[in-house]
Amino acid sequence: MQDITQTITHVPIEHYVILCSLLFVIGVAGVLIKRNALVIFMSIEIMLNSINLLLVAFSAYHNDPAGQVFVFFVMIVAAAEVAVGLALVVMVYRHTHSIDIDFLNKLKW
Amino acid sequence: MMLSKYLFYLFSILAIFSSVMVLMSKKPIHSVLYLTLAFLAIAGHFILLNAQFIAIVNVIVYAGAIMVLFLFTVMLLNLNFSVEQKKPAIVRFSAVIAAGLLFLTLTGAMKRTDVLFNGIYVNSQIGLVKNLGKVLFSEFRLPFEVSGILFLSAMVGAVMLGKKAGD
Repeated sequence: MQDITQTITHVPIEHYVILCSLLFVIGVAGVLIKRNALVIFMSIEIMLNSINLLLVAFSAYHNDPAGQVFVFFVMIVAAAEVAVGLALVVMVYRHTHSIDIDFLNKLKW
Repeated sequence: MMLSKYLFYLFSILAIFSSVMVLMSKKPIHSVLYLTLAFLAIAGHFILLNAQFIAIVNVIVYAGAIMVLFLFTVMLLNLNFSVEQKKPAIVRFSAVIAAGLLFLTLTGAMKRTDVLFNGIYVNSQIGLVKNLGKVLFSEFRLPFEVSGILFLSAMVGAVMLGKKAGD
């Protein structure tokens, strides 16, 4: 356990920025490309996780605990969002028997 | 002590590969499993950054609770079919172009900034449970309590949306 807390990283922060941008962009592309509402939710989760990773990286490199506390709150909001969002998906499926978002273009029932 | 560097690239490749596979998979259940793999790779990144509390919470909340929610939704709606309607090719092509441009903008903006961080060896101790707990329960007490109310309202909303209209 002592070894784990002594972890020293040699990776420059720029690599974290590039990695997180790439993950965020994959999430953006998923939201734009897919028609399945579940996969769109998963893409949003990827985007949130990439931002979490970048916040933790900057907070670790600058020795500022506020970044990691923000990550904690982002996770809280993401969990609440997924709970409500998946309930919405289930309700949409009950009404239209599909979770294809391109069918949801009426804005009225 | 170059092990952490190699582990960084290993986890990076794993995270990017599984995130791409989330989008490439035909069946939603494969997407969910690849998403779990991506979350575990990101939890590995957190451990490399010595953010142990965030790593454990990431595994519990994302790879545990949120994955169970997704899997239950796939199971309840019986969505495990592989024929999925796709968007028109022009939409998909332009979406990939737009995402690539966003990536170029983000990384290009970084190239023109000053040095983000001067040091090379980072030995951060703030991610430990003890240090983070002190900050969370002193400075951020009010947001912590408010997030409890947010969870309560999310739970009420999910139950209200989930039940049938007639009940």
